[in-house]
Amino acid sequence: MTETSAHSDLLDGLSSSIPYIRFLGLIFERRGDEITAMMPYKPDLIGNPFLPALHGGATGAFLEITGVMQLVSDTALQDMAAGGGALPDDYIPAMPKPIDITFDYLRSGKPIDTYARAIVQRRGRRIANVRIEAWQEERAKLIAAAHGNFLLSQKAP
Amino acid sequence: MSDLEASLTGGTASPDGEGVALTGLPHSNAMGMRLISTENGEAVLMLPYSAELIGDGATGVLGGGAITALLDTCCGTAVFSSKEPGVVSTATLDLRIDYMRPATPGKNVYAHAECYRMTRSVAFVRALAWTEARDKPVATASASFIINRKAEDGA
Repeated sequence: MTETSAHSDLLDGLSSSIPYIRFLGLIFERRGDEITAMMPYKPDLIGNPFLPALHGGATGAFLEITGVMQLVSDTALQDMAAGGGALPDDYIPAMPKPIDITFDYLRSGKPIDTYARAIVQRRGRRIANVRIEAWQEERAKLIAAAHGNFLLSQKAP
Repeated sequence: MSDLEASLTGGTASPDGEGVALTGLPHSNAMGMRLISTENGEAVLMLPYSAELIGDGATGVLGGGAITALLDTCCGTAVFSSKEPGVVSTATLDLRIDYMRPATPGKNVYAHAECYRMTRSVAFVRALAWTEARDKPVATASASFIINRKAEDGA
């Protein structure tokens, strides 16, 4: 198995094994070390049926999970490099836990597909600070952005 | 049932379980959220524990995003429940969440939000989420909402 497919399998496995990611219907694509997350539109994501507009909670959860997946991916790439380019068969990625997140809602989310990417602004030993952006038709027209701190799981020494 | 509760719940109180389903808010309803009570500028919601909303399979803890969605909904409901005249709609401007401890697996999550200041255009809200005890919060939230008023109010 190539490095790339092992890494992609990891992300696929994670996204299909976490119920809440399935509930939201999220999809993740990897290009090099960058994750692009997708939240395909479905009526269950609506918060305001009269506009209609996506629920801020759905958009917020999407941003948060995108940040987590980017951190998990970065960790897996580091672990692969440390393990000579391979991940152990029983590799279970440790999930970073949000400490605090601030969401800015910039535009009403339309009832269409939404995309998000995360930028890890600093990754320390214990804490990672991450900015996440979500958009729909135009990358430059963000519907929401978030920044937050995540607690990275400590490996047993 | 108040007009607010009727608009959020589609006018049908659900006799099953605690509170009423939020059928007026599709995403909240899909998550299973229930409206427990509203008062002037305050709201209490409950998110029943659900296997669908687990964010960490190893522990069974609900996803942080589910708590975010609960707190966002609770804050918005608190804004709507204020007795200010002419408020027709509201939307989240920003929302900060502090996650204090994991929600206990298997337990329902409660949230209480209070709109403590409302100007013509903006409402300021704080909220708390907990499972077993209010003094052991799962998360707190601080949010501001944009207020859309009826046109005749000169907004």
